[in-house]
Amino acid sequence: MAENWTIPGVREALTSKRISARELAGDYYKRIGARNAELNAYLALSQDRALAQADRVDALVAAGKPLPPLAGVPVAIKDVISTRGVTTTCGSKILENYVPPYDATAVERLEAAGAVILGKTNCDEFAMGSSNENSAYGAVRNPESPGRVPGGSSGGSAAAVAAGLALAALGTDTGGSIRQPGSFCGIPAMMPSYGRVSRYGLIAFASSLDRIGPFARNVHDVAAVMQIIAGRDANDSTSTTAPVPDYLAESEKPVKGLRVGIPKEYFGAGMDPEVRKKIEAGIDVLRKLGCEIREIRMPHTDYAIAVYYIIATAEASSNLARYDGVRYGLRVDGDSLLGMYRKTRGAGFGAEVKRRIVLGTYVLSAGYYDAYYLKGQKVRALIAQDFREGFTKVDAIVTPTSPVPAFKLGERTDDPLQMYLADIYTVTGSLAGVTGISVPCGKISGKLPVGLQIFGPPFGEGRVLQLAQAFEQAGGAAL
Amino acid sequence: MKISREDVLRVADLAYLDLSESELETYRKQIDEILEYIDKLNELDTTNVEPMAQVLADDQAADATLREDIVVPCGVATEILTQAPDPEPPYFRVPKVIER
Repeated sequence: MAENWTIPGVREALTSKRISARELAGDYYKRIGARNAELNAYLALSQDRALAQADRVDALVAAGKPLPPLAGVPVAIKDVISTRGVTTTCGSKILENYVPPYDATAVERLEAAGAVILGKTNCDEFAMGSSNENSAYGAVRNPESPGRVPGGSSGGSAAAVAAGLALAALGTDTGGSIRQPGSFCGIPAMMPSYGRVSRYGLIAFASSLDRIGPFARNVHDVAAVMQIIAGRDANDSTSTTAPVPDYLAESEKPVKGLRVGIPKEYFGAGMDPEVRKKIEAGIDVLRKLGCEIREIRMPHTDYAIAVYYIIATAEASSNLARYDGVRYGLRVDGDSLLGMYRKTRGAGFGAEVKRRIVLGTYVLSAGYYDAYYLKGQKVRALIAQDFREGFTKVDAIVTPTSPVPAFKLGERTDDPLQMYLADIYTVTGSLAGVTGISVPCGKISGKLPVGLQIFGPPFGEGRVLQLAQAFEQAGGAAL
Repeated sequence: MKISREDVLRVADLAYLDLSESELETYRKQIDEILEYIDKLNELDTTNVEPMAQVLADDQAADATLREDIVVPCGVATEILTQAPDPEPPYFRVPKVIER
């Protein structure tokens, strides 16, 4: 069994010269070579870039110079995040051979902090999906249970970290695409607040919802990656100047006396009874840690899916207008300019993307805008208000991450609405702009991971990490 | 029925999206079902609710004012054109739009 590295473990091994950054990267590529054919977690590997970076780290070690915080840490990047010189497909045929001329800010910051970028991970096409089955490059398998999905859309990132094919990974979350695969694969996974992490270089799906955030094998390492990627970026006007706290220090604080809200709307029909048992046991852990558990109401929860699939598809239909066969990606010739557009988009996009473009264009079109888009924006305000009011009464809100554990491959692909409904517990926080983490909360029958979701107010990442860390250290993952 | 075959055709046309016969019917049915579901929003009276058009509160917004418009060199045209399906440096080439 290969060593399960952590960020402090890598640092210790490098400084004591037990391993070099180059050897560590090589070890991870060996693991990828051994398991990727089965899991399909990676779409592209960036060995040249990774080894060059590892050599820079090793030179620092040799010279006895101080190491940056993530020196030598092998990470994977979801394939919707731009990487200079490394193919970035978004899981789509329309960008099959696209090589970005620049790095996303989050990638640039990771590398500047010493991280080694191993490669790009599989995902649902343009991050649209909850199972990773919408990738044009095939489904990803859940390393915990290979006949099942890893969750989505950041399924490749979650599977890579869970299987030890990366120490940490970046994913993106628009309606649950970090938290839900984290839950399905049994690892912690964080959605930062809207505005906390720069999205420069993230290929846009729904701009009022998209976030970049980390996966790792423990909460400490999630906090360590957050520390690097958070903060203002002049290239993203939606990134805020709010100061970035010391997340590692915050996550060490005791949780005794914190008020934790449990919204009863998150425990209704449709929830797997085995998931419920685990989550209730998880809440007990928080109670034993000295948290004050309070029941709260979030009355608009049940409307979140309907709002989400208006707002997200409307924004997607606009963002995806750029794929026209002119500047990058696929071109399919037609008898005119417009014919070329139509044929390129018809051939390049997969079924889920087309369905969402049609729905999104419809809800924005003349005669339907008020009934759908405007109505959606109004109910979105009510959902955000549920969170604002909740956070006047409690410090954090705890729910299940998903009503069900990882389902079987192919089980839900024929019914998009049923697939959408499983996003019920994650889309709320996406619409409200708050932060949330999914932490492992035991496994059903010892094999299907369940995730406990902890929401904090906007820019409350420190508080969320604090609770997640205490929960993990109290044995939450072994429930 | 919330959405007709003609609606889907009209919308696909707005989105410059070629759909096959079978896609057209499949999406129509699926989107119809989704729109039926979305109708539950009408249970809520939102007459006096302000639509949420942006996420960040005013005091969190990064750019309270626009930055100064400063010209900076951006020498990436050649590299960007390498990604184009039909480049004619320094241009992107497209099918003929205007007949002489």
